[in-house]
Amino acid sequence: MLELQHISYDVEQDGDNKGILHDINLTVSERFVAITGPNGGGKSTLAKVIAGILTPSEGRILLDGEDITGLSITERARKGISFAFQQPVRFKGLTVKDLITLASGKQIGVPEACNYLSEVGLCAKDYIDREVDASLSGGELKRIEIAMIMARGTKLSVFDEPEAGIDLWSFTNLIQVFEHLHEKINGSILIISHQERILNIADRIIVLADGRVQNDGPGRDVLPTLLGETGGVCSALSDKVR
Amino acid sequence: MDAIQKSLLEQVAELHGVPEGAYNIRANGQSAARNTTAHIDIVTKKDKDGIDIIIKPGTKNESVHIPVVLSESGLTETVYNDFFIGDDCDVTIVAGCGIHNCGVQNSEHSGIHTFYVGKNARVRYVERHYGEGDGLGENIMNPTTVVEMQEGSYMEMETTQIKGVDSTVRTTNAKLGPNATLIIKEKVMTHGRQLAKSDFTVDLDGDGCHTNVISRSVARDQSRQVFLARINGNARCHGHSECDAIIMDQGVVAAIPEVTANCVDAELIHEAAIGKIAGEQLTKLMTLGLTEKEAEEQIVNGFLK
Repeated sequence: MLELQHISYDVEQDGDNKGILHDINLTVSERFVAITGPNGGGKSTLAKVIAGILTPSEGRILLDGEDITGLSITERARKGISFAFQQPVRFKGLTVKDLITLASGKQIGVPEACNYLSEVGLCAKDYIDREVDASLSGGELKRIEIAMIMARGTKLSVFDEPEAGIDLWSFTNLIQVFEHLHEKINGSILIISHQERILNIADRIIVLADGRVQNDGPGRDVLPTLLGETGGVCSALSDKVR
Repeated sequence: MDAIQKSLLEQVAELHGVPEGAYNIRANGQSAARNTTAHIDIVTKKDKDGIDIIIKPGTKNESVHIPVVLSESGLTETVYNDFFIGDDCDVTIVAGCGIHNCGVQNSEHSGIHTFYVGKNARVRYVERHYGEGDGLGENIMNPTTVVEMQEGSYMEMETTQIKGVDSTVRTTNAKLGPNATLIIKEKVMTHGRQLAKSDFTVDLDGDGCHTNVISRSVARDQSRQVFLARINGNARCHGHSECDAIIMDQGVVAAIPEVTANCVDAELIHEAAIGKIAGEQLTKLMTLGLTEKEAEEQIVNGFLK
């Protein structure tokens, strides 16, 4: 269970303190939680604060009751937090198998690595020895990123906009992966998304705007309000298009 | 050979014993072992130190190992090895030099390798350099490679220097005939106060010839590296050179391109990218549970793999 207590995050801009997150209080214990909201609302910042990439200006973060606020990225990862980047990182020389092996934290054989790749819809034999470099498309990188999270299988997996940077057709295929992801990962999934189909499968939806929680509740209650605001399109999505 | 020499041999030639096929093992300036085959002859030079390796035309799927090990401090040698590779051959040549220097004097090996590659022959040439020893004397290697390629020939040259060589100047001069292809892949890692300089000159003389000179290097501590790629397009040809370097600590890397098109149909490209390890790469591996140091090691190992 993840608890965020009075989390604030400020940055200095032109000599002034600008608040990105204001007094966020959340407890996440559900199987599948989506965070949505307009661009610039603080969603990615919150994800990075949870993963330890950013240090909050104020507040505490607890994982299963343990205060992890002062822990590094590595320590949090070892405690059971996984983080899928919005823009997956490329590595010259490191192969798909190298990264999946590192993610799993132990030496794994080709069949096991292949298993994770098949789960995300990649034909393992075509990818296992490929370098995770510029030769891979955005959609392929996203799938490999998800395969790494599956290989880790931690108690909390945070996904920062898995739909970002890939075409709609590729994302339609990716949705199926997310629909079954909670069956593969024995823990909570916290996903930042603007996609209605992702929000549709969430147990709970948190709407974050201007660095504050604007709405929070079961998916079936929150989603209609989002759709209602924009005549059938997720407000966040329409905000993106605008 | 003693245990130190055997260990050096393992590092530079991945040999745990006597290799298959033709070989010449040189230890502390002397020939320690030699084998020739029906198609590959090895002859000691009479006018200077070194050997001639003569590979008969049409020799396929055979290999030649010519490792050199130096375990005596203060030994300085210049060795000339000439490779005569007949037409239509398909062979692998593994060379390399390992120095173990525990003394106060410098140990130095300069190997001058000349390849005469026959028509339509294919050659894979692998060269590894390795140094060790905790003496004050430096390990110095200055390899020179000269390549003359006949029509339609193909040569892939892989050179690796990962550890323990204090000073190296690698000089490579190649001339390519019509439709010849030369691929050079260099991997270098320097540390401490080491200096590594690579100086490549490729003359693309024949129509339809092609070269690709690729360097991947890591400079740590206060080490310095210079990568000089000189490609002269003298015919209808393609030339490409690429230097990709990671700098760490106070390491310095200079990439100096010199591409000259002497023919209107020559197409020449040079690319260079030098920088420290990207912060997001470290962060990504740390989110997998690696420490920053472990992440750095994985990135460097992958880069030089």
